[in-house]
Amino acid sequence: MIVTASLARPLIESSDQIFVLLKEWLVGFLPASWQPAAGVVLCVAAIVGLFPALFALTTVLERKGLGRIQNRIGPNRVGPLGLLQPLADGIKSLTKEDIVPASADRAVHFLAPLVLVVAVFMGFAVVPMGRNMVLVDMDAGLLFYFAMGTSTELAIFMAGWSSRNKYSLLGAMRAVAQMISYEVALLLSSVVVVMMTGSLSLTKIVAAQNQYTWGLPHWYIFTPWGLAGFLMYAIATTAETNRSPFDLPEGESELVAGYHTEYSGFKFALFFLGEYLAMFSISGLGATLFLGGWSAPFSFLTWIPSWIWFFSKLMLSIFVFIWLRGTLPRLRQDQLMNFAWKFVLPMTLLNLLVAGLWRFLGDGWERWVFCTAILVAAYVVMGRMGMRREHFGPRRYRYAE
Amino acid sequence: MFGEGILKGLAETAKNFFGSFVSRERLTTVEYPEQRIAPFEAARVFPFLIYDGEDRQAGLRCVACQICEKECPPQCIFIEKSKDKKPDFVGKPQNYPVRFEIDISVCMSCQICVEVCPFDAIKMNTAFELSTGDRFSGLLLDLDQLAKPNEYYHRIHPAGAAEVDARLAEEKVKAEEKAKAAAEAAAAAAEAAKTKAAAEAASEKQPDEGSSR
Repeated sequence: MIVTASLARPLIESSDQIFVLLKEWLVGFLPASWQPAAGVVLCVAAIVGLFPALFALTTVLERKGLGRIQNRIGPNRVGPLGLLQPLADGIKSLTKEDIVPASADRAVHFLAPLVLVVAVFMGFAVVPMGRNMVLVDMDAGLLFYFAMGTSTELAIFMAGWSSRNKYSLLGAMRAVAQMISYEVALLLSSVVVVMMTGSLSLTKIVAAQNQYTWGLPHWYIFTPWGLAGFLMYAIATTAETNRSPFDLPEGESELVAGYHTEYSGFKFALFFLGEYLAMFSISGLGATLFLGGWSAPFSFLTWIPSWIWFFSKLMLSIFVFIWLRGTLPRLRQDQLMNFAWKFVLPMTLLNLLVAGLWRFLGDGWERWVFCTAILVAAYVVMGRMGMRREHFGPRRYRYAE
Repeated sequence: MFGEGILKGLAETAKNFFGSFVSRERLTTVEYPEQRIAPFEAARVFPFLIYDGEDRQAGLRCVACQICEKECPPQCIFIEKSKDKKPDFVGKPQNYPVRFEIDISVCMSCQICVEVCPFDAIKMNTAFELSTGDRFSGLLLDLDQLAKPNEYYHRIHPAGAAEVDARLAEEKVKAEEKAKAAAEAAAAAAEAAKTKAAAEAASEKQPDEGSSR
């Protein structure tokens, strides 16, 4: 027993660190002075290669999943089970004509998709995708992530503004209003994690959750404030990535396609890519903050490589995104804004308070009861207030009568 | 309230998602090129011309009256009338179309040509796989492509074809009866004329007897 365990350990460790070891082996061929730079380039290449591939896979899986939700089969024509569909789509978008409106601001119109994709890719730099698998282990990683995530709004407004099209502009205005509103909720819902960990570094946040009692992990989602924070975070990310039911910026029933109405060919594909990459990175961040990042859900499963856990959590979040898209109808703009400012924001603010309470109530059972009670009571009260029907009587004219 | 509606909706879609993998009945999709369902009898795509019997040239019901050409709203029919005549199904000499063309890129499948045709010569087809690489001449159907035997019409529209056949048979019987009656009348007239002539010849001999008969 001991012998097999001691034999298995190096195997487990090397499978866990396989990408790190691969990088070190590859970099080892170069002179020592080049090695750090080459390592970074390799990691960047891996991120830039991997996530678009995941995007390609996700597009076809999303279409199939949505099809199944609607009792359809979904795409199954290109390749086995339709898995080569993204290849066909890619060839199509590459060979399509790239149309720029005559009165568009050409430079900004060209830059917008690039800025979007670059800003989204920057976010991946600080997300730990496995043990020792983070491109830049920044002390203020979370802050950097949100700084980069916020600059996607700039790209979207650039796209809407430069197209010189009323639908594009309206879509961009909606997108910016929505994204700024939910950015606040997104930040505040992740602040609780920072309060508990005492660090903005994402590796430290994962390390803090990578402990087990009775075989169960210390993930933040398993605490009252963590669960509330995670739900608020999930709502805010859905709005932040313009996914259904918050996909108003591209509401095709009223805005053609929103801010990317005037984009065609590969520029449109870049917008599409940027949207999905933002979904991946924000899901990855959510997993890092609340779902223990790359840590295993049970202590006896820690032998499975950490990167497998990270990516399964990521894909699970993507599945939930698709599931929500297949279920919920689109909100109205006023409902969206009311929801952000009157429900999500107060809940996140209250959650900050609850997290502080949790910290200072000690280790007993009292904190579980108190924190849960406060959050549930607030949810019920705010739910009742939010759902209160306004009864409109016959209209009274104050002066005309 | 409190989001249980969302949970209910999520449960419903999850049920669909997993159920569609388990039971085939949930999937209503017909995977078209491999699987097909028979077209409905009332389905209509583009018109075609009917001929009776084996020979297309002899059996074509169309008499080139050009009513459909004139009535066609998008003007997609072109007919060139013949100079000579051929007998139709009742044996009456009629014109026939030398050229009959329908531009199906223009046709809007309104069925007006079918409704105005007094000879039941043009009917709606159900064939829909008409895509072609040549968008000009490939979509301009000529007489060879348009003419189909009456059996084909029976196959795609059994009820309509039966009704048309019954009507045409009745007309044919009526026409034959009429022809017979006309022949009889002619024969009777000839007889009468003959007797009259004989009577007149006789009355020249006996004038009072002829008036009393």
